[in-house]
Amino acid sequence: MPDKSPRLAVSRRKFLGTVAVAGAASAVGDLDNKALAAAPAKAEPAKPSALPPSAKVAAAETSAPDAQAPVMGTPNSDFMVDVIKTLDIDYVAANPANSFRGLHESLLTHGGNKKPEFLTCMHEESSVAMAHGYFKVAGKPMLVLCHGTVGLQHASMAVYNAWCDQVPIVIIGGNDLDASKRPPFVPTYHSAQDIGALLRDFVKWDDMPVSAQHFAESFVRAYKLSMTPPYEPVLLSLDSDLQEEPIENRDKLTIPRYVPTSPPQGDSNAVREAARLLVQAENPVIVADRLARTPAGMGLLVELAELLNAPVVDRRSRLNMPTTHYLHQTGRGKVLVHNADVILGLELSDFYGTVNTYIDNGENTRHPKTKPGVKLISISSRDYYLKSNYQDFQRFQSVDVSIAGDAEATMPALIEAVKKALPADRKAALEKRGEAMRKAWSATRARTLQAATYAWDASPVSTARLASEVWAQIKDEDWSLVSSDRMISSWASRLWPMEKHYQFIGGPGGFGIGYGSPAAVGAALANRPHGRFSVNIQTDGDMMYAPGVLWTAAHHRIPLLNVMHNNHGYHQEVMHVQRMADRRNRPLPDGPIGTQINGPNIDYAKLAQSMGWWASGPITDPKDLAPTLKRAVEVVKTGEPALVDVYTQPR
Amino acid sequence: MQSIKLASVLAAAALVAALTSTTASAASAEHGKAVFIQKGCWQCHGTQGQGAVTGPRLAPDPIPLEAIANFIRNSTGPMPPYRKAILSDADLADIYAYLQSVPKPPAVKDVPLLNQWASQPK
Repeated sequence: MPDKSPRLAVSRRKFLGTVAVAGAASAVGDLDNKALAAAPAKAEPAKPSALPPSAKVAAAETSAPDAQAPVMGTPNSDFMVDVIKTLDIDYVAANPANSFRGLHESLLTHGGNKKPEFLTCMHEESSVAMAHGYFKVAGKPMLVLCHGTVGLQHASMAVYNAWCDQVPIVIIGGNDLDASKRPPFVPTYHSAQDIGALLRDFVKWDDMPVSAQHFAESFVRAYKLSMTPPYEPVLLSLDSDLQEEPIENRDKLTIPRYVPTSPPQGDSNAVREAARLLVQAENPVIVADRLARTPAGMGLLVELAELLNAPVVDRRSRLNMPTTHYLHQTGRGKVLVHNADVILGLELSDFYGTVNTYIDNGENTRHPKTKPGVKLISISSRDYYLKSNYQDFQRFQSVDVSIAGDAEATMPALIEAVKKALPADRKAALEKRGEAMRKAWSATRARTLQAATYAWDASPVSTARLASEVWAQIKDEDWSLVSSDRMISSWASRLWPMEKHYQFIGGPGGFGIGYGSPAAVGAALANRPHGRFSVNIQTDGDMMYAPGVLWTAAHHRIPLLNVMHNNHGYHQEVMHVQRMADRRNRPLPDGPIGTQINGPNIDYAKLAQSMGWWASGPITDPKDLAPTLKRAVEVVKTGEPALVDVYTQPR
Repeated sequence: MQSIKLASVLAAAALVAALTSTTASAASAEHGKAVFIQKGCWQCHGTQGQGAVTGPRLAPDPIPLEAIANFIRNSTGPMPPYRKAILSDADLADIYAYLQSVPKPPAVKDVPLLNQWASQPK
């Protein structure tokens, strides 16, 4: 039952505010008396509209009074910390703000700044994106505190990325609800009736608790919903008065026990039908996107693929399939999909785009990539959970077997169904298919290596050379690539042997720029206790959205190697503007204005150095890469972040 | 449809004739490299035409001039057509000369960094 008893008439915040004003008034009064004494007796001193600046005035305006009355009771925010501590949350990321100052203080004092430990962030987009990257390595959510209005607006893009990428984050937005109590001007600008409205389209659940007990229940519910597949961010709006008021009835408050929700498994009959189709197929293909939501997912996919000797195309929102496995056939995705008679999509975010071609040629040409009669099977949580406004659910694709369920949770049942459906006389055919896949893997590898040789010695440095040089320096470490490699033509995942879930963590989800740098810091933080070596291929445009995260990494001693993929532009847009000009048959008189990042070139090494990083560059000659990267790796192994700026080819 | 195809073929033939004439006279790889950058070819294909996920490899050993010219002028794919208002025949010929000038890459076996990965799967 929520506590409906009236709040105490004197809140802690109001009480402290009164003391502060009284202190300031006392100091000002002292000054006024002296000024009056020094003034000529006849003249009535003009009353200043503002006091002249002095150290005393400044102290009166900004300092706490010397003698503060003891706090009246235990604040609700201490209890809130007790609630948070039941959920094994390691970190809380925040840019500080008065709307959650009560909780902030309790986290440091009552909570001892441990589990969660405070991470000082310089932008709320960084806070959320750090939590995003952290989850994909740690497998558990981070808590993020945001100032109710301005903070959540800063955070919103990163929250949308997390939503699209199905990543759980527990966000608390501080708010000053009571108009009769909140301070005027700035705090009132920063208050709103319903801060949840900002994010409601792309969080799974939000609430505005109005009592301590309500907070306890809503926080545990929020965490539970966030961690139920499909994982998603959640939001609590937390009134600042509620944080700061004393607890009235601690003995009556309870903290609900968190029990994880078992994720939904697909319907048994549908799973059997899927198995039947897969077993009978001559050219089955498995396309996995966000299947491996836990480290166990990869093992399950390997087991299913090996049973069928079916090739796997990894869409790489997670590392679903080891790149060294003979059935990892991502490089042949186009031809495999074209030749397939059965395609199994596992948490496939864009099934339509997987089986249809779209050409950006002014006519929006579309046609199927597949052969007529192909059977499509989907196992996806998106069939039972989505929202309306934002279009992250992609274009509608009809499939032949549509299984609403969590794909990873459904895999054991599918594997068993395939085992039962597999006739003994298929063994030879499956072995033959497996042998063909081994040969195809080797042929793809040979073509990939050949492709890497082109522009090998070029300046700007080729992206294949960049990936090769980085690999040479980290290969003996327990490494973790904490960035997507989409912007470097996927060279890392085409070349590096990726076999563990933390060796590749996918991209932003919603493709909102500004994810890369903070997500890498968050993922590196998750890698730190395991002694893993974190490396981030960092694009230049993304870096400049909120570069203050570099300071956060240095401040919290998060070891991370940032290798700048500095192609001096928002390259996707460089190409788009050129495409428009060509389509309209008129030249761009002065090149791609508005899409390039040069004149002046940004010195990323100096930027990083200014925030406490070891940094070097820019490197233009590929021959200089090895010694510089080697030195940077040594720095990172001491526990510090390091950055190497490299002028690179566009992609 | 037939007439459109015929027109395309005739246009391509005329284009190639013009290009061949230009190429024979004064194709400049150096100028072609500058045009390759200026006209945005590098954006998808890389500064040496090495290719990327955004566009296929063009060099070294570019496909025959006739084929590449026809594609540049008449593309209906993701790459928009570059017509004469944007890319003159002379500039196109110079670009081709540049692509021809791009040196062959080292062999895979001669690049130690490309021999650090297994050639066989697990």
